[in-house]
Amino acid sequence: MNAREAILDRIRSALRDAPAVPEVPRDYRRSSGLGEEELIELLTDRLLDYKANVFIEEAAEVPQRLAALLEGTGRYAAPHGLDQALFAEADARDGGSGRRVTDAPGQRLSVEELDGIDAVVTGSAVAVAETGTIILDAAPDQGRRVISLVPDRHICIVRAGDITAILPEALRRLDGTRPQTWISGPSATSDIELERVEGVHGPRTLDVVIVRG
Amino acid sequence: MSGTFLGMPSLPVFGIGNLHEHEPFPKAARRELSNPQLRANLGHATRTIRDKRLAVVSELPDWEELREAGRAIKESVMARLPELLEEFEANFTARGGTIHWARDAGEANSIVAALIRDQDATEVVKVKSMATQEIGLNEYLEEQGIAAYETDLAELIVQLDHDKPSHILVPAIHKNRSQVRDIFLREMEGVDPELTNEPARLAAAARAHLRRKFLSAKVAVSGANFALADSGTLAVVESEGNGRMCLTLPETLITVMGVEKLLPGWEDLEVFMQLLPRSSTGERMNPYTSLWTGVTPDDGPQNVHLVLLDNGRSAALADEMGRSALHCIRCSACMNVCPVYERTGGHAYGSTYPGPIGAILSPLLTGITAEENNSLPYASSLCGACYDACPVKINIPDILVHLRGEDVDSKRGKNRRKRAMPSQMDVGMKAASWALSSGKNLGLVEKALPLGRLAAGPDRKITKLPGIAAGWTQSRDIPAPPGQSFRQWWNKEHRAAGPDAAPAAGTDAPGPESAGPGSAGTEENP
Repeated sequence: MNAREAILDRIRSALRDAPAVPEVPRDYRRSSGLGEEELIELLTDRLLDYKANVFIEEAAEVPQRLAALLEGTGRYAAPHGLDQALFAEADARDGGSGRRVTDAPGQRLSVEELDGIDAVVTGSAVAVAETGTIILDAAPDQGRRVISLVPDRHICIVRAGDITAILPEALRRLDGTRPQTWISGPSATSDIELERVEGVHGPRTLDVVIVRG
Repeated sequence: MSGTFLGMPSLPVFGIGNLHEHEPFPKAARRELSNPQLRANLGHATRTIRDKRLAVVSELPDWEELREAGRAIKESVMARLPELLEEFEANFTARGGTIHWARDAGEANSIVAALIRDQDATEVVKVKSMATQEIGLNEYLEEQGIAAYETDLAELIVQLDHDKPSHILVPAIHKNRSQVRDIFLREMEGVDPELTNEPARLAAAARAHLRRKFLSAKVAVSGANFALADSGTLAVVESEGNGRMCLTLPETLITVMGVEKLLPGWEDLEVFMQLLPRSSTGERMNPYTSLWTGVTPDDGPQNVHLVLLDNGRSAALADEMGRSALHCIRCSACMNVCPVYERTGGHAYGSTYPGPIGAILSPLLTGITAEENNSLPYASSLCGACYDACPVKINIPDILVHLRGEDVDSKRGKNRRKRAMPSQMDVGMKAASWALSSGKNLGLVEKALPLGRLAAGPDRKITKLPGIAAGWTQSRDIPAPPGQSFRQWWNKEHRAAGPDAAPAAGTDAPGPESAGPGSAGTEENP
């Protein structure tokens, strides 16, 4: 008998008392009635608690904000699916798009290249206000998982319409089979005396730009 | 289709690996308790985490509903385990992953080593994983000439110090910041000699130390927190980004996971991802969670393997009273609230799984008679704090009592046809049963009370009992018995008052429960 058959056989034998399959009571909160302003406020509060930086902008002001955030930064990466117009102001200040490198199919940035880059700008799929969580699902405006991991600073754009109040609402908007990264603040550890310290292997700085409207 | 089991019931096959006590718990505990630094470190850390957990748990108005959903989901997973495993396998395989099945620790280790050799690799980076700790993977790989680098900060501390983990979430919980600095200065190549004991500086040192390893690793080994049967998705929950590094950068990813980690589907993740972070690190959400489903072209590892591990889990499942120990999501809330764990620390439990959950899970996986694991179910005062804290409501105290029973039975020779020699416990229980079976018998026994007073001596304490009762007096004194029993006192007081004052105790049929209106007596009795 191979290992697979042996293990399944052992498990079936262990269950020969045929235990009942219970009904799962889903009496926990599965939706909430928060409005957009309340959601922005809650998400901001949670992100600040994680020591992320938060900027709340009207859509038209995002290029200005990005330009300001990228001021003084060296090269930065962006996925090919992120609206290039967002970088209009940064490019104008640079006199071209010289500092920006794009990760695109067929033109992938290597890990070494990413390691030499200061920051990355990505979009996001959905956010959970109550837990301060931003979920990336590798859509074209967010790119491959590696680009938001290796650079030391992650600038993440969250559309207000993508903010949900609680986790069950967020997961209903996602396809579980896409590669996902859930981000709740910059990388951190509580491994020394259970005291939380921000900044370990993942990006040590997380800037979140919340876009209204 | 799994169907009902129709074959011959097989005997449970227990697990092997780092799951054993090598000495009885009381002996190990006594040694650990004599280390004041350890007690100070543990006291500080567990107090901190308890307060954090309470704060974030009290924020959720539906915490109890989430716990109840979590319990029911896990119970249904166990009842449907064969079909869910087959469903998971089909989905994971359809998405480009490869599944391997491992009956025990040895089989899992050799599968992982062969997969690493297939890539011509001589080193791997590792995400913290209880399953690989349990099977002793690092030690095995070392024998095979493969270096395994732990990348979680606490695991790194333990590995550099050639020590053993003492907590499932924070393996270096027994070390304070100055001890960590000393380990880094001693063991970490190229470390700044000016390193201070600030946690932020220590974390930065770990980042610098591991950066090259991450960027050049060809193979990573991970565990998994959850696996979704309906999609073949795996999840790893972490904080530092070392998990993301391992799960994203290398070409080959090998995950080792116990068969009990399955969840039926996507909808169930919303329950566990609310329960786990708040119960473990006391955060609203952990910094990073990664989900992957087989292979994603052009994104992350292209050679993806999963080793499904039994190693005693099917044996634990066969124990109807104990099987819910497999519901454990490894949050560590039970150890953080346990008065025993807080004082002895994790090393005293011997096994990879310490604390209250370890005291039930280890003997369930190995069998109660393995090495000294029969001492683990006694490593508890049965206070119940672990049950209250458990996010999936595992009734740890009940299972501890059940396993104590198993231990006693195993010593007696459960099979009565064997006519095993009656143990001291059997003799004692027989005697107690006789004494308590009638008022007359009890009265006779009570006549011996003054003898007990004599044994107690002038300090009115009995400090050492003979035989198996010695275990009880190892850490407690028995106060000298009173000069007379309650029933003797009652007799004296009320006999004098006349024939219809109260039924005379110790002389006739009424048993102990009807020996008189006890509450009235206790009020007067000092």
